[in-house]
Amino acid sequence: MELYKLTAHELHDKLVNKEVSSVELTNALYERIDAVEDRVNAYVTLDKENALAQAAKVDAKIAAGEAIAPLAGVPGAIKDNICTKGLLTTCSSKMLSNVVPIYDAHVIKNLRADETVFLGKTNMDEFAMGSTTETSFYGPTHNPWNLERVPGGSSGGSAAAIAAGEAIWTLGSDTGGSIRQPASFNGCVGIKPTYGRVSRYGCVAFASSLDQIGPITRDVTDAAIVLNTICGKDEMDSTSLDVEVPDFTKALRADVKGLRIGLPKEYFGEGIDPEVKAEIAKAVKKYEELGAEIVEVSLPHTEYAVITYYIIAPAEASANLARYDGVRYGYRNMNAVSAPEMTTMSRTEGFGLEVRRRIMLGTYVLSSGYYDAYYNKAMQVRTLIRRDFEAAFEKCDVLLTPTSPVPAYKIDGKMDPLTIYMLDVTTIPVNMAGLPGISIPCGFAKDGMPIGMQLIGKVLDEETILRAAYTFEQATEYHKVFAPLGGKQ
Amino acid sequence: MTKYITVIGLEVHAELKTKTKAFCSCSTEFGSTPNTHVCPVCLGMPGALPVLNKQVVDFAIKAGLALNCDIQKYNKFDRKNYFYPDLSKNYQISQFDKPICLGGHIDIVVDGEHKRIGVTRIHMEEDAGKLNHSGATISTSDSSAVDYNRAGVPLIEIVSEPDMRSAAEARAYMENLKAILEYTDVCDCKMQEGSLRCDANISIMPEGAKEFGTRAEIKNLNSFRALERAINYEVERQKEILEDGGHVVQETRTWDEGNGVTLSMRSKEEAHDYRYFPEPDLVPVQLDDAWIERIRSTMPELPAQRQARLMAEHGLPEYDASQIVSTKAMAEYFDEAVKTAKDSKAVANWLLGDVSAYMNNEGITIGEFKVAPAHLAELVNLIKDGVLSSKLAKKVFAEMLKNDEAPKALVKKLGLEQVSDEGAILKLVEETLAENPQSVADYKAGKDKAIGFLVGQIMKKSRGKANPGMVTKMLKEKMS
Amino acid sequence: MKVSAEDVKHIAQLSRLTVPASEMEVFTEQFNQILNYADILEKIDTTGIEPTPYVLPVSNVLREDVVKEGVSHEEALKNAPAVHNDGFKVPRVID
Repeated sequence: MELYKLTAHELHDKLVNKEVSSVELTNALYERIDAVEDRVNAYVTLDKENALAQAAKVDAKIAAGEAIAPLAGVPGAIKDNICTKGLLTTCSSKMLSNVVPIYDAHVIKNLRADETVFLGKTNMDEFAMGSTTETSFYGPTHNPWNLERVPGGSSGGSAAAIAAGEAIWTLGSDTGGSIRQPASFNGCVGIKPTYGRVSRYGCVAFASSLDQIGPITRDVTDAAIVLNTICGKDEMDSTSLDVEVPDFTKALRADVKGLRIGLPKEYFGEGIDPEVKAEIAKAVKKYEELGAEIVEVSLPHTEYAVITYYIIAPAEASANLARYDGVRYGYRNMNAVSAPEMTTMSRTEGFGLEVRRRIMLGTYVLSSGYYDAYYNKAMQVRTLIRRDFEAAFEKCDVLLTPTSPVPAYKIDGKMDPLTIYMLDVTTIPVNMAGLPGISIPCGFAKDGMPIGMQLIGKVLDEETILRAAYTFEQATEYHKVFAPLGGKQ
Repeated sequence: MTKYITVIGLEVHAELKTKTKAFCSCSTEFGSTPNTHVCPVCLGMPGALPVLNKQVVDFAIKAGLALNCDIQKYNKFDRKNYFYPDLSKNYQISQFDKPICLGGHIDIVVDGEHKRIGVTRIHMEEDAGKLNHSGATISTSDSSAVDYNRAGVPLIEIVSEPDMRSAAEARAYMENLKAILEYTDVCDCKMQEGSLRCDANISIMPEGAKEFGTRAEIKNLNSFRALERAINYEVERQKEILEDGGHVVQETRTWDEGNGVTLSMRSKEEAHDYRYFPEPDLVPVQLDDAWIERIRSTMPELPAQRQARLMAEHGLPEYDASQIVSTKAMAEYFDEAVKTAKDSKAVANWLLGDVSAYMNNEGITIGEFKVAPAHLAELVNLIKDGVLSSKLAKKVFAEMLKNDEAPKALVKKLGLEQVSDEGAILKLVEETLAENPQSVADYKAGKDKAIGFLVGQIMKKSRGKANPGMVTKMLKEKMS
Repeated sequence: MKVSAEDVKHIAQLSRLTVPASEMEVFTEQFNQILNYADILEKIDTTGIEPTPYVLPVSNVLREDVVKEGVSHEEALKNAPAVHNDGFKVPRVID
């Protein structure tokens, strides 16, 4: 089996047993990247020299018989909105196309401490605003299962890299589904932790009360391993929770006996593609066979989640992106004669259309006269959405839904913004309530495109959704199916 | 001719004396090379996040207690959104609808009238950076260089009720506010350096009107004098507009110290829409009684209490006491001096008279005043003990200003001891009476003023050292 | 029409953006589409419901007033488009 098809936990064993060296492994990944990257476009920046240097360091440690962390020497990739000191961090935007951060994000610090290898930075929707990775300044990423389809977004590059074997593990970020939806479109695992589990320090902010960093990996075990490294209180992030980080790998038991799985009826309505419904139904059956108890629940305010999100997120984004003005870093229009003109031109030229749309939407809903009708109202509805989940969780331990109403669709499908926004209906509510959510592969559409299943847990209960996900994964083979890369299956 | 009432509200920004900035651990040290006390947070770099400095909260509570406010146990931060190069995130973290303090007051005395000025609210926020313009002023500059050393320095904004009705009241409010902040040691209150800034909201309304007039906000007032002058100018400006049948425009104006006028700062855009919303990167502040009491227990004696104490313990009149306590340094000087002085009132008189005059002349503060409190006390004692006449004391004082020499030594050195020896005075009296028969005759004829001349002659002879009281007594005795 | 092209221009101005003339019509239309959809929120009765500005039930995250080294002067200016006298150079601040 090619090295790039193995998981991090398998490769860790091989490294420790000296069956393969980290340098070999890293080179193998770069070879794979060379072979497919011109078709996939998962990466914005590659960092080969530093990656190999780091790999060599780990090999030396192994040779000296020293113990290494699970991710040490295992090559991964980082979504390009997470600051890596000394390595270009562009957010796939012209605005930051020349910006080299002067500090590491907290999660990067933790990963460096575990001596992992960074292959490079992955492509994304510009400033994480999008669900297809089509708004990237560096061109769209192509879905390895069908190159004419989108990889999802905004962490499309990370998910595609996993599916194409261009990285063993990756980090993405999730504000309204940006880890889970691409994971489901690419047949891999993606987890958005409870809000506050992972420090946002160094994650370029899109919507501060919704953003979370999380892993996109080949299987559930790898996701748990990455979570172990990136979770934890950070004094540099006031919204990072001061709670103990359990060893998430200990939650990986194949056992769902007596687990109450809630199916929120609003997630199984008309808007869901019939093939998606079918695969989810099969998955539900599987859980029943494995001993879980299926419960019907309701999340009545689901239909308001999308618009509430598209009021709150752009509002926060309009302020978070105000700092991009050409003054201290980033793209600057050098011809302007006044600072206001310079700022306006730099922003107009530096930001793509979707980013500009969302900034203006955000400005509008916060502006004088509209705050109460839009922003404040949305914040009240957010409270109701949270209460929906709290009520549902009195009847069940986890919720099961499709990750996305549809499988991956065509690149440049010419859908209007609102239609695309509506497809986030299944993932958005989880961010609104700050809950943990995982997407795992649970089947395929007839045309071979992967379909993902989402499990939503209670606050800080990643362990239960990991266990439920792991159980399903171990009882099926979906995580072992590799993307054909090019052409239909 | 309509009579107008002036309505003034003041917004004061005070930089807090913390070691680090409000939301990052950069030093707040003043006056270094640009951009040397900065980090990703205060530079507004992508991905950076704020973390609140506990000392900022403590200082804000302290200021609030000192200003008699209701401390708001639950308070939170908001983003105030506007674009400007000195604002590294293009929003300022401030407090909008739930500030840390509400409802306080400052008591002032103007022309003997006591008045209570309301404090509407106090909130915490961060300062912006500094623009260094290439030209002389912002309007004559082709470019500017931004320094973010000051960006993120913590401020409290103290907003008064529009309770002031004259420039004098506004000045009194500012003086008292400054003193209170100095005493609590939350701010170093250097108006010239910008650590205490004042904006005035001024409007006028016809006497008897039910509603306030439209107000103008005046910025760039960096001294008490500027505040007074600006208010007086602005009131006249607004009066003229109304008398001419026009309307006062609600706008921001700047005080032009050189020309003594306020100028419109209104740009072509309309008024700012700050689009306040809760700061999602911070969590709320939840205070409890224990926290507030802990801060209250560190409260020093405040100006009002100190003033009351000086009036009670030292018998100082209200006005004098209020002047002594108006700055912490002056109050501390006084307290030190009266430890060894036999006459507190005299100490006060010296401080408010000769010492203040000297300081004004030299443009220095009491912190820079060379004469030690103990020495001033000594001078006062010499007069009290009759060793030195008040007139000659001024001479000694002038000498002390040079090198802070102890007055006792100076008196000896200069040979200025007052002569109170009866025999010596008698001799002088008899001499002078003999030399001035006309004056004696005049006095005996009923011209009381003639004795003044005789006293003057004796003072001349004794080079000012004769005890004037004794001289006068003896002259009267001899001529009766 | 919830917002006109004029309104869009004003919002753009507040956001320090311009909408190119060629994009204006489609942009305004799509903007309106989104805002019209937002009308569904009127259906919900939110009387007495507290807004959720904070997802976490946390307060008082504070740090001690201790100076920590920031970044060096060079690092601070590393990505600056223009520098002058140790500061970030910008063209005239007033229009």
